[in-house]
Amino acid sequence: MPNTQQLKDLTTQVRRDILRMVHKVNSGHPGGSLGCTEFLVALYSEIMDRKDHFDMDGIGEDIFFLSNGHISPVFYSVLARTGYFSVDELNTFRLINSRLQGHPTTHEGLEGIRIASGSLGQGMSVALGAAQAKKLNGDTHLVYSLHGDGELQEGQNWEAIMYASAKKVDNIIATIDLNEKQIDGATDDVLPMGSIKAKFEAFDWTVIDIEEGNDIDAILKGMAEAKAKTGKGKPVCVLLKTMMGNGVDFMMHTHAWHGKAPNDEQLEIALTQNPETLGDY
Amino acid sequence: MKTYTYTEKKDTRSGFGAGLTELGRTNPNVVALCADLIGSLKMNQFIEENPERFFQIGIAEANMMGIAAGLTIGGKIPFTGTFANFSTGRVYDQIRQSIAYSNKNVKICASHAGLTLGEDGATHQILEDIGLMKMLPGMTVINTCDYNQTKAATIAIADYDGPVYLRFGRPAVPIFTPEDQKFEIGKAVKLTEGTDVTLVATGHLVWEALEASKALYEKGISAEVINIHTIKPLDEKTILNSVAKTGCIVTAEEHNFLGGLGESVARTLALHNPTPQEFVATNDTFGESGTPAQLMEKYGLNSASIVEKAQAVIKRK
Repeated sequence: MPNTQQLKDLTTQVRRDILRMVHKVNSGHPGGSLGCTEFLVALYSEIMDRKDHFDMDGIGEDIFFLSNGHISPVFYSVLARTGYFSVDELNTFRLINSRLQGHPTTHEGLEGIRIASGSLGQGMSVALGAAQAKKLNGDTHLVYSLHGDGELQEGQNWEAIMYASAKKVDNIIATIDLNEKQIDGATDDVLPMGSIKAKFEAFDWTVIDIEEGNDIDAILKGMAEAKAKTGKGKPVCVLLKTMMGNGVDFMMHTHAWHGKAPNDEQLEIALTQNPETLGDY
Repeated sequence: MKTYTYTEKKDTRSGFGAGLTELGRTNPNVVALCADLIGSLKMNQFIEENPERFFQIGIAEANMMGIAAGLTIGGKIPFTGTFANFSTGRVYDQIRQSIAYSNKNVKICASHAGLTLGEDGATHQILEDIGLMKMLPGMTVINTCDYNQTKAATIAIADYDGPVYLRFGRPAVPIFTPEDQKFEIGKAVKLTEGTDVTLVATGHLVWEALEASKALYEKGISAEVINIHTIKPLDEKTILNSVAKTGCIVTAEEHNFLGGLGESVARTLALHNPTPQEFVATNDTFGESGTPAQLMEKYGLNSASIVEKAQAVIKRK
């Protein structure tokens, strides 16, 4: 059984990292990062069967692709705090000569990252390719991926979604961050997509709902259910209902913090709401 | 003067198919992807022999590029196959982010490049692809001239670690390079020695340059013909050595003059040895329907055009 308190402590510390990273350079995407903090903490701490070192091929372990690359702050913080590189390096986020680019890249050789992402809609295809490589290699480990809900407006996703079920790629769990928000506002105002669940089901995917996407226990339970559905001839989709800006009261219930950093005063309030647990970088 | 002859014509895409078939037998990591153009890309034999290593993507080129990038993670060497237009312009951002910037070992294999695609017309005749691909950091760009060279190049790029754009074509063209050639990425092949003008050509224009050199010889002009199969990285040394002797150059390609081989050569000359240059290329235009021969004549991409430009550039020395 996972130690829930440890996961909660890590979640709080990752939130602090996110806030301090974007504040320092006055840029970056805190809203979606905070919304997906519990998910990525759970994924890297409990859900994935990972090796303790990084190698690009990821043979013999579960691997993860972040398609909505703009939530790089949470990705970098979780990678650092689960041992891929030093947490001190979080200090260099978005600075010149840094490996922690605004959006994730393999270009700088940062451990834990297997594909560049940021230009949206490409990660599902990449994850499918990696999943098919696993099958060719006789590797029974899984491929996980994360995508924004607004990101599903990119057409390449639907090429990939159609392909995955047609080719029975059943060793993938693609999670959709259902925060119902994007840069210009609510997804229902920007481009209403109707039922994302019905769409995935119509494309013959198995769909698992996680209604409490910011609750660690709910995530662990939902992802265990998703994992149990793999290997049955269908790709698996998790609809993870999250709160953008979760854990910072003034960043919740709005899309305003999608791509905006807090000022000094706002940072102080936000950090007060998330007291230091594992030590700041 | 060394002359070249041929006994057989074959399409370069069949050279790709033959090379891929050989790779299927020799390299277990090679996998192939196609977006509903198996027959056109001559991939049938590979598929028949290695069904588990072939991925039919359907008409979804963006997805194909992403899947290819993903397949490299796990050690595969993916060869994607579709027309040049759908291999580049249609999927530029997918190649840029998921393949080039991510430095993935994907081989983008593009058939039906340029005007010689013929009757389908301008929607399918891309004349901008060399430019698009050479502008991507880290991308190797190769345009082969005949069946044998295309087969050799296909086999060679599997052993090179990094993204490659391999461009070839639809029509049957003379086979004049050796069957047993060793293909060296980035190494130009000097086909004839000459003293009056350098003719640097790529793809289908290499044979036309050889034909032009014969016509020029009859006019008393000695042309040095260089086959530049690799546009990036460019074999600058071979080009500079040649113009040091001839003092002028004609570049020839089945591509727009903007962004093509000619511009790469011009940069090299500007930096190291400014030299009169003429361009055999399309002139910032789309193509149209017609037979390959009609189109190459109308758009000035044949041996007659090379002869004309050679005579013009010699006068500028």
